[in-house]
Amino acid sequence: MTLTNMADERGRRPAGGSQPAAIALRRVHKNFGAVQAVKDIDLDISSGEIVAFLGPNGAGKTSTIDIILGLSQPTAGTAEVFGMQPRQAITRGLVSAVLQTGGLLKDFTVRETAEYTASLFVRPRPVDEALNRAGITSIADRRVGKCSGGEQQRLRFAMALLSDPELLILDEPTTGMDVEGRRGFWGSIRQDTARGRTVLFATHYLEEADAYADRIILLRHGQIVADGTSSEVKAMAAGRTVRATLAGADPVALSAIPGADNVEVRGDTVLVHSTDSDAVARYLLTKTPARDLEINTRGLEDAFIALTSDDNDTSAGGSR
Amino acid sequence: MTTQSVPAPAPLTREAPSLGGFNVTVLRLEIRRLLRNRRTVIFALIFPVVFFLAFGLNSAYANESAGPGSHGNVSAFVMISMALYGAVLATTSGGAMVSIERAAGWSRQLRLTPLSPVAYIVIKMLTAMVLSLASVVVVFAVGGLTGKPSMPMYLWIVSAASVWIGSLVFAAFGLFMGYLLPTENVMQFLGLGLALLSFAGGLFIPLSQFPQILQDIAQWTPLYGLNQLVHAPMLGVGVQWAWAVNAVAWLVIFAGGAVWRFRKDTARV
Repeated sequence: MTLTNMADERGRRPAGGSQPAAIALRRVHKNFGAVQAVKDIDLDISSGEIVAFLGPNGAGKTSTIDIILGLSQPTAGTAEVFGMQPRQAITRGLVSAVLQTGGLLKDFTVRETAEYTASLFVRPRPVDEALNRAGITSIADRRVGKCSGGEQQRLRFAMALLSDPELLILDEPTTGMDVEGRRGFWGSIRQDTARGRTVLFATHYLEEADAYADRIILLRHGQIVADGTSSEVKAMAAGRTVRATLAGADPVALSAIPGADNVEVRGDTVLVHSTDSDAVARYLLTKTPARDLEINTRGLEDAFIALTSDDNDTSAGGSR
Repeated sequence: MTTQSVPAPAPLTREAPSLGGFNVTVLRLEIRRLLRNRRTVIFALIFPVVFFLAFGLNSAYANESAGPGSHGNVSAFVMISMALYGAVLATTSGGAMVSIERAAGWSRQLRLTPLSPVAYIVIKMLTAMVLSLASVVVVFAVGGLTGKPSMPMYLWIVSAASVWIGSLVFAAFGLFMGYLLPTENVMQFLGLGLALLSFAGGLFIPLSQFPQILQDIAQWTPLYGLNQLVHAPMLGVGVQWAWAVNAVAWLVIFAGGAVWRFRKDTARV
């Protein structure tokens, strides 16, 4: 009985196989004409996870999110949210989202916008509570048209809280905010997620993913190139690059050095990326006539770029 | 859940709203918002009254019968015309709000809520009809206060009711245009368009004063049938089939166009 009450308290479910995944994507493709925005994405997100979609613009983050929300249909594959069609999950108030493109009406006040939204759901949370949690109680009677971009974004967040969703999706929620606004916004989100909601957010800020997600999914060209905890992804992306002058280098032999995951030969210059740069240096200096050796650390930002940019197709470091 | 020791997973206990999310709170907020739009209020509530005061109070009109067999005077005739003008402006404005909402991205935002597209349309139509009712009531009230329009009491009610119901045709028109024209300034086009249609429909000047060729063309325009129909009880003339066909045909065209654009708009790509 205690269990029942506790479970009811915040929609926290007892662990078990009966609970469908918050998000289940199966072989999802999305084409816009000749452009393949999403290529064969398989994804399971369990209840309670806080997941970041990390990737540059055009990586397929928004296209994937639109499919999860039922705003667009996958060209192929299936998307389920809590074991049901996305639209069904939305009508039940299970999923809500703060999107980049979702508009607001200028001539409603902040409170009216929230009241309007709340009235559409069965058993919504009180409007004042949502405004309070989003930190916009003081501007409740202000016209939306007079609110700053950050305030409007907080209103979208308040609207997303009204249905008390099991899954909250945020698509680059802090775009256009200054550092202060960004910190405040994430502060509100963090307070909220402490209550056990599943959260999926897209960002191209590495720090945001690092700071707020339990799990980071790296997207590039519509595909998942890395999926793991923040430290796993960082470790995958980390490492050093050893550069040396070496005529007639043998890429195959260099690739066989333990830890080496990317080898580039440009004329007489070789670049070897490795999680164990010492081993690469030792090999180059002892087994080859290499000279002018340099070892460079790749910063986190560079690592992210390396994992998600166009020109490292030879990298073996991308897959999970 | 009370009888089970283990609760069903939360997702399975959640419900979707009935009526696709339609509710009175939304309707109240929509009406409040519509009345907040100064342009809409001026067009739908103030223009018709001003026109009536300008054209309907000629002292000769108060003494002149609106026609042989008519139950009222010319002033009452003009009042009904102006009420119709105001009502169709009101419903067109109400319907055309979807244009503003699409341009602002609000329609997309609503797709993240349980509100069904059909419930949304119903809300738009009802909002438009409430504004239209306000417009008709204001024109008739001002008409009554001036003491000039004269007709039996039941005709005040019948005329007002037919104008109000007839304005539904233009709620469909507003929706159609709202989905067709992706602009925040849709009413600037539609205000002008409605003025032209009102001339063609004979709301401002009797059609008999136009050249024959224009009269022939005017009979095919969307306000012609409605204008004839709403004046018929007061003029004491029988309803001609052509009027009803005109009104119904335009209703079908506008509603069909609105459904077509609406389907295109809400199709998931």
